[in-house]
Amino acid sequence: MAKDLKEIKDIEEIKELGWDELLPGAALFSFTEPVEDVAEVPMEERPYAPTNSHEWQVGDWRVEKPVYNRDYCIDCQFCWVFCPDMSILSRDKKMIGVVYEHCKGCGICVEVCPTNPKSLLMFPEHMDNQEALAMWPKKEEKK
Amino acid sequence: MVKKIKNLKEFSLSNDRFEGANLMCPGCAHNIIVREVLNATDDPIIVATATGCLEVCTAVYPKTSWDVSWLHIGFENAAVAAATISAAYEVMKKKGKLPPATQKMVDEGREPKIVAFGGDGGTYDIGFQSLSGAFERGHNFMYVCLDNEVYANTGGQRSSSTPIGASTSTSPAGSVSYGEKMMKKSMVEIMSDHGAPYVAQVSPSKWKDLVKKVQKGFEVYGPVYINAQSACTTEWKHAPEDTIEVSDLGVESCVWPLYEIINERDEHGIIYSTKLNITYRPKKKIPVEEYLAAQPRFRHLFKPENRHIIDLWQKAVDARWEYLQKREEAGV
Ligand SMILES: Cc1ncc(C[n+]2csc(CCOP(=O)(O)OP(=O)(O)O)c2C)c(N)n1
Ligand code: SF4
Ligand code: SF4
Ligand code: SF4
Ligand SMILES: [Mg+2]
Repeated sequence: MAKDLKEIKDIEEIKELGWDELLPGAALFSFTEPVEDVAEVPMEERPYAPTNSHEWQVGDWRVEKPVYNRDYCIDCQFCWVFCPDMSILSRDKKMIGVVYEHCKGCGICVEVCPTNPKSLLMFPEHMDNQEALAMWPKKEEKK
Repeated sequence: MVKKIKNLKEFSLSNDRFEGANLMCPGCAHNIIVREVLNATDDPIIVATATGCLEVCTAVYPKTSWDVSWLHIGFENAAVAAATISAAYEVMKKKGKLPPATQKMVDEGREPKIVAFGGDGGTYDIGFQSLSGAFERGHNFMYVCLDNEVYANTGGQRSSSTPIGASTSTSPAGSVSYGEKMMKKSMVEIMSDHGAPYVAQVSPSKWKDLVKKVQKGFEVYGPVYINAQSACTTEWKHAPEDTIEVSDLGVESCVWPLYEIINERDEHGIIYSTKLNITYRPKKKIPVEEYLAAQPRFRHLFKPENRHIIDLWQKAVDARWEYLQKREEAGV
């Protein structure tokens, strides 16, 4: 029997369901209930549907991950604006951290970070973040 | 309503309406451009997307990465889909048949923005007839071309946007060829010549310039064309972390000049004023060679037998920069 996606709440069930098992004309919903003014609602308050890619993850694409060091950050937001994958979390004009579920490890945020030493650096995926912070490089002298 | 974005900190207050865990390559500039365009406004947005990387990778069954109304359309008709949405919206508004939530926002001065995204293949080539038609008819919408100078989604075939010397899967460089033989099509001028009220060229690395132009485009009535350079790590073959650096080199070498053209027409449709403004002037114009060297798709041009193509590139870029400056100076 063809199914209507609206009836499905469990993401696992959708993964099992082929596109040809859907009701013709079925729409993939972004949210489980109408959100009238999405631009006014921060991500953490949105009722994401299991069919919104936000609920999925691509973190396992990474070989290296960006690690964030608050000590040097000047909250310039370069990393936020140039991250292609909505993976830099900023609230109230402050950089908070990396969304590891969605970060693909491209390294752009590290490249554009202007501080010395950088406030974001790439480390091997398997390394503990505390360990990475402990080996943070010192300020580089201008030659 | 024009969103106040004085600086980057203020811009970072935006709540993205485009979601993570889409399947675009790491470091893809398409995503950066889409974010900058959508975050340029807090008004409702309706998006139509032509087939290409952006569409295919943000709507993989059973997922969507869009929190705005989004229409999956063919490769060749994103512009006409957006134009139709615009026409339908205007009729519904006139008849008072907008959904209550939309009507409320319209009453607050927050008109929905209708945006079409297409790749260069979908814009310069395959969607050109529907794009040209929609612009000629004068529908009120914005068309954004994500210009990565290649049919990326199907394996990197050349398009009429591919610049000379680029190695692509249908213009491969090798012992008998230096790659693509044709110069790039001048899409911005072509769209301006339709009499569009606003056309502009942008780069994602100059975020403020891009956002300002998108906001200007949202404010005018009529079809708006935005040509966005979109560095493609897969087909330009640069490292993913270098996307912004490569985009910057494009701007600083004047390979990708940032400018806008404003057309004014009278009630008969006669263009009585055309004004071109260069919106960014590099302090020191860097050699084109540096832009080319950053992208392995041009690697073969550095062999002695192909060096003349680099000279040709520099000549073409200089001539174009000269042309734009002359137009700006003359106010046409
Ligand atoms: C009419 C039609 N022809 C061909 C295709 C196959 N096709 C899908 S995506 C694509 C390439 C898109 O290139 P472009 O528009 O430059 O976008 P990009 O993927 O580079 O962002 C092609 C040829 C199609 N979907 N429809
Ligand atoms: S590595 Fe890339 S995807 Fe991850 S946070 Fe940095 S810019 Fe975003
Ligand atoms: S780019 Fe660097 S300094 Fe700027 S907000 Fe991001 S982490 Fe902080
Ligand atoms: S092939 Fe290029 S345009 Fe397509 S998703 Fe990858 S980087 Fe982006
Ligand atoms: Mg393309």
